[in-house]
Amino acid sequence: MKGGLFGRIALTAAALAAGLSFASAQNKGLENPRSTAFQESLKGKKVVFVPLSMGFDLTEGWAAQMRKQADRLGYSFEIRDPAWSTDAGTKAIQSLISEKPDLMVVHNPDIQSYARLLKQAQAAGIKIVQINLESNTTTDSYVGADWSEIGRKAAEAVAEKCDAGKGVSTKVAIDTGVPTAASDVFQLDGIYKVLDQHPDIQVVSQQATEYNPEKARSIMSTVLQQHPDLCGAIGIWDNQDTGTASAIKEAGKSDQVFLVTSGGGNQVGCENVKNGLFNLYISYNVPLQGDLLNQEIARLLMSDGTAGEVQTLYFNPLTLITKDNVNQRNCWTLDDLK
Amino acid sequence: MSTSAETDSGRQRIRAVLRSQEGIVLLLAAAAFVLFSVLLPSFLSPGNLLALVRSVSILGILALGMALVVIARGIDVSMIAVMVVSVSWAFVITRAGYPFELALLIGAGFALLAGIAIGALIAFGEVPPIFATLAAGSVIYGTGRTFFFTLEMQNVPPDTDWFRLIGQGSLFGIPVTIVAFAILCVVVQLVLSRTRFGWTIYAMGNNPNAARITGLPVRPMIVAQYAISALIAYGAGLILASSASAINARLFNSTMIYDILLVVVLGGIGLNGGHGSVRNVVLGTVFVGILLNGMTILNIDYTIQNLVKGVVLLLAIVIDSIVNPRDEQTSQQGDL
Repeated sequence: MKGGLFGRIALTAAALAAGLSFASAQNKGLENPRSTAFQESLKGKKVVFVPLSMGFDLTEGWAAQMRKQADRLGYSFEIRDPAWSTDAGTKAIQSLISEKPDLMVVHNPDIQSYARLLKQAQAAGIKIVQINLESNTTTDSYVGADWSEIGRKAAEAVAEKCDAGKGVSTKVAIDTGVPTAASDVFQLDGIYKVLDQHPDIQVVSQQATEYNPEKARSIMSTVLQQHPDLCGAIGIWDNQDTGTASAIKEAGKSDQVFLVTSGGGNQVGCENVKNGLFNLYISYNVPLQGDLLNQEIARLLMSDGTAGEVQTLYFNPLTLITKDNVNQRNCWTLDDLK
Repeated sequence: MSTSAETDSGRQRIRAVLRSQEGIVLLLAAAAFVLFSVLLPSFLSPGNLLALVRSVSILGILALGMALVVIARGIDVSMIAVMVVSVSWAFVITRAGYPFELALLIGAGFALLAGIAIGALIAFGEVPPIFATLAAGSVIYGTGRTFFFTLEMQNVPPDTDWFRLIGQGSLFGIPVTIVAFAILCVVVQLVLSRTRFGWTIYAMGNNPNAARITGLPVRPMIVAQYAISALIAYGAGLILASSASAINARLFNSTMIYDILLVVVLGGIGLNGGHGSVRNVVLGTVFVGILLNGMTILNIDYTIQNLVKGVVLLLAIVIDSIVNPRDEQTSQQGDL
């Protein structure tokens, strides 16, 4: 061990002497001042993530990636978990406004609740990135899905299968989550914008499942009783639509009812595509969102601009997963990201 | 003479029905049933009726557990926490490579321990049940989320085909879920009406002090009740997970526990304990089932469905307090 160390020092000394004697920087490369600045400038900064709740694929995935970058670049990363309570989230943001971290990453429960607080936080000099669920207040950055686009894509896929003369009927069911979330309101708008162009398609049921797979199951089984010739179904979230799919499978109508759902592209959702429960799975690709999020965090932390000075947004591309492309590239597990 | 006496007794019977909450709910349920049968073409189809009962069977099973506790003048609002944590944990253990059957046993053990701990807190710590179970629910859920599993959503582990039969299979054309509910109804009914355990439950609900003074083992009984309700919650969780292919721990944050109370109170089991039976649970379950099924078929908006449920619960509680007025005992004991 020691011999090795001495040996290395001797070698280094020799190399140094050689370098000095030739007085050339050629084989030692060139220091990149921007790299030094990039690696150093973020040290000691503070980033806080306020999710809807930890404990589900989306927020755990983003957090894993954000934590990885924080460790790499030496800034601190904290999570304030309101556990699905909008009230607790409001309090968390309020106390953050007085703590003044350098940047907040906010996941909005609906478009209204945090709107005023986000304005106040920006006024207090905290930079804000919103992730995947928007608020009415635009901030330094928004990264995430364009929910209207997801709605349009889902409706187009269903219209493709169920428009007049194409499917067993023109009946379509929609399973929403909670009616006030941004994901729901914008997605429904997208769905109906497309369906309005296909007047033959009739929406026979539009029910809220509260993101509960068992409730989704019982709603779908009732709908199938009432409309045994149902042709298509649009679900708002893969986590709940496991139940929707169960009901369809149980009724023996997997080949008849075309089920579209959307989610973060987690392996659990992909399993359901593989075993034929989901016909189309629109993924907003959590690993990609995590990368984009990290890029935005680094950019904003390095910029000298004040909070809210320039407002940008980026709707990330969607991946349409079907049986043909369920693969390693399109699906992820939490362990992959950690 | 005899005919007028008969009509008199008939009239009395009708009056008795109208005076009991159970009777009123029965009439409401019948009215809703007839209304939906006339309005909705395929409401009466056997398929829909099975779907109807099945959709509320899990609720009914949970309500049976709750009823045992409520009749003995307790309440258990930790049932959902016990259910989601023990079942999710069993799934996580399986995915970590242990045999599925062993994992299920560990889950059952956890539920049992949780129930015993809650019961001990109430029986020996003399903490009011509502506070004990409210706090215990948060502790159990928090423990689960912190130590047992990170993700709220747990799919049923792969290669467990027999498990799927519990929630998705059927026996002579009747879904296993309904069969399980029916069997549990019979068991609980027998326990309540034919065993010393059952009689003690009524005695404790009627007058806990008298039960204690006459030498009934009140404290062990309390522990046993909460252990049973926890086990029932675990069983309901398994059926739920099996039928939806997944369980979502987020149910803990939902209104499900109030739905269970809705079934119990609506069916006519007073929250001040001492009376009620399985019949009431079945009635409450079926009524909620008819309402939910009808409203789903009518495609009524989510907010309005919640409004209807809320108004119905409120009405039931008001009727409960008129039919079972506060007496000397409840004013000494306080409610719950």
